[in-house]
Order: sequence, then C-alpha cells, then structure tokens
Amino acid sequence: MTSIIDSLSRALSLIVHLDRELMGIIFLSIKVSGTALVIAGLAGLPLSALLGFRRFPMRGLIVSVLNTFMGLPPVVVGLFLYLLLSRSGPLGFLSLLYSPSAMIIAQSILAFPIVASLSHSAVIGVDPVIKQAALTLGATPFQVSLKVLNEARYGIMSALIAGFGRVMAEVGAILIVGGNIAGYTRVMTTTIALETDKGNFELALALGVILLAISLIINILLHLFQKKGMAGANR
Amino acid sequence: MSLGLQASEIWQGYGDNEVLRGCSLDLKESGIYVLTGPNGCGKSTFLRICALLEIPARGKIVYLDGGRSLQHDISLKRRITLVLPRVGLFNESVFGNVAYGMRIRGLRGGEASGRVESALEFVGLSHKKVQNALTLSSGESQRLGIARALVLEPEILFLDEPTASVDEKNTVIIEEIIQKLRQDEKCTVVMTTHDRSQAARLAGRLFELKDGRIT
Repeated sequence: MTSIIDSLSRALSLIVHLDRELMGIIFLSIKVSGTALVIAGLAGLPLSALLGFRRFPMRGLIVSVLNTFMGLPPVVVGLFLYLLLSRSGPLGFLSLLYSPSAMIIAQSILAFPIVASLSHSAVIGVDPVIKQAALTLGATPFQVSLKVLNEARYGIMSALIAGFGRVMAEVGAILIVGGNIAGYTRVMTTTIALETDKGNFELALALGVILLAISLIINILLHLFQKKGMAGANR
Repeated sequence: MSLGLQASEIWQGYGDNEVLRGCSLDLKESGIYVLTGPNGCGKSTFLRICALLEIPARGKIVYLDGGRSLQHDISLKRRITLVLPRVGLFNESVFGNVAYGMRIRGLRGGEASGRVESALEFVGLSHKKVQNALTLSSGESQRLGIARALVLEPEILFLDEPTASVDEKNTVIIEEIIQKLRQDEKCTVVMTTHDRSQAARLAGRLFELKDGRIT
C-alpha cells in the first residue's frame, strides 16, 4: 500500500513539474492519434455521406462491414500491418515499420470504421423533412446534402470523439508496428505497458492519470454532443 | 402576376390508392387560392406536385412567364416556395432559419439581414430571433416557416395546411398573415385546408378536391 502511495505521489510530482520525458510521450500520443483521426475523418465522413445520401448496389454490405469492423481487434490490425510493412512484405520498400507513420496508419484503420459508421447513423438519423424543407427553399442537391450534414453535426462530432477515444487508448496495434522506441515511437499506452514490466510505476502511473483525464474529457465531450443532438431530435 | 401555373390532368397514387385522378388548376392572376377537402383526399400531394417536390404519375405542370413555358430547373424552383405542414426547422437560431434561403442564394450582409428582420417582424417573431428554432411552439414554428419562405420573395407561395396543428391564437395570427399577403400583388398564395370555414374566410378563389378531381 505504501509503495502505491509513494509511486502515486512521485507520479503526481512528474505531472506537476511537467517532466520532459512525460511531456514528450504525451505530445507524441496526441500527434499520432490526432493525425490518425484526421485521416479517418477525411475518409470516413465522405463515405458516411455517400452511404447516407445515395442508393447503390452493395451499400448494405458496406454498412454491415463497417459495423463489424468497429470492433476490429487491434492486435490483428497490427499483425496484418506488420506483415505488409516488414522488409519482406509487399510494402516493405516504404521502410515505415517502427515509425510514427506506421502507428498513424494502424490507428487510422482502427478509427475509420468507427467514424464512418457512427457518422452514417447520424446522417440517416436526420429527419427527412429537413431535406424537403431545404429543397422547398431552393437548395441545390449539393446544398441539401450540406444542410443534412450540418443537421447531423452533433452526431458527427460524437463519431469523431468516439474514434479519438478508441485510438488514444489503443496499445496492441501500435506496439507491433511502432516498436515502442524511446523518444521516437513511444506513446502513453505503450510506455505504461513497458514501465509496468520494468517495475517503474511512477512514470506508468503518471501517464495512467493523464490518460484517464483525457478519457474523462473525451467522455464528457461525447456526452455533451450526444445530449445536444438528442435535444434537437426530441423537439 | 408574372409567373403563371397550369396543372393539367394530374394523376397520382400510392399503391392501389389513386388519390389524384386528373386534377387541373390554372393560376393566371395573383390572389389567394384555397384548395379544400377532407383529410387524405390528396390536397397535400397535389400541392407538392405543383411545387415541383413530387413528380406526378401522369399529367403536366407548366410554369409560364409572359406566355413562355419555363424549364423545371433551380432558377424556377427559386421563384416558388412551399411551407410544409411539418415545417422542418433547422437546428439553429430563428434568424438563421430565415437567413438560410438567402445564404444558399449567395445573399449576405446588411441588405440580407434587413430582409430577414422584416420577414420576422411580418410574422411577429422578431423578439425570438436569437432563440433556437427548435424551442418554438408548433404555431410559432409554422409562422417561422412562413417567414422563411416570404424572405425569399416568392412569386407563388404554397402553404400546406398551415393551421392544421396550431392552437387557436396562432391560427388567428396565421390567418392575419395570409390576409396581409392579399395586398401583395407580386405574391400569389396557394393554400390547402380541411377547414371549410377557414377556406371561406381566406379564399379569393376556392376549389374543392373531391374524388380525386378539383371542382
């Protein structure tokens, strides 16, 4: 019990004194996960709009695949990406393995189905009368689509936040393709795993506290956006 | 009236139920045209077809300007407006809702704001302009729907059952708004109502939809 309290107090001291190593790890984590989220958003949002606005063959199948992939096991993604990016793999010539880029790719793959699927749900959840109202006011089909996306904005924000939450807390895939190299590919979750193995609990706990705080903020934001969206839907 | 409408022999049905069986209507002069009939007789369907929101199974909708037939393109669609019974308000401020139609036409700035303010004043909602539109009552929502349409200065304004789900007080206000539009020679109002007494109060010309035909 005393060692837990000691470790916690030393962990808090690291946070309070803005320890350089700690800050570097936090910065890299946010950079990797943030970039992955941007990529997932750039791919996922247009796809969700396409699935929401157009009827085409295989549409239902794509939605089902996206829903299934929301629960994609990170270690499986890591494994496949490792096989693709390793020297003997088809993308080995890119020399991306054990780099932040490989970690970003892995996290983008994990965030993409979440962003696309939840955004799609938000888009199709918009009352059809909104589309008709925009049409009666002289909107072009493109302007109607923008209006519907705008009305789905709280749901879309929730999708992005949920995607960010998923990749920030992820460890399996980035450990396999990132390699946990100090000062280069070491992020919060992989550091916690490593430092715990080494018995160095203060840094692990400090990062744990930060990760929990980030999770809490993400969940509060998610709750606020969902509440706002629900309020709009219920009126 | 610069924009005329000829609806000829309009047929429309849903499954086996043919609600419209050769409806025709000719709008040449401005004024208030009221289409009445019981609920479910096809008034809304006919109005939606006239407003180019629905394509009829058979028949023709022709818009005329100076004797010339117009293409059913976006420039024509921007000269007419339909206010739906469920207005479909956007999740933004009352002001933003009215400004939407102007924004999509590229109209912004002081003049656009002035028009929005005037439209809100016309329907008596100026004091609620910063409020989220979704917090309005159904009567206020309907008035906002009318303001959202009027700000665009439509040549033909279609109102589909504007007082169907509205309380007595707001019904009176909406009827007053429609009466005021009577003086506007540039705007023709075509409305539906199942309320015969309301139809008689408001109509410049009264039509009845019965057995799928307009009489």
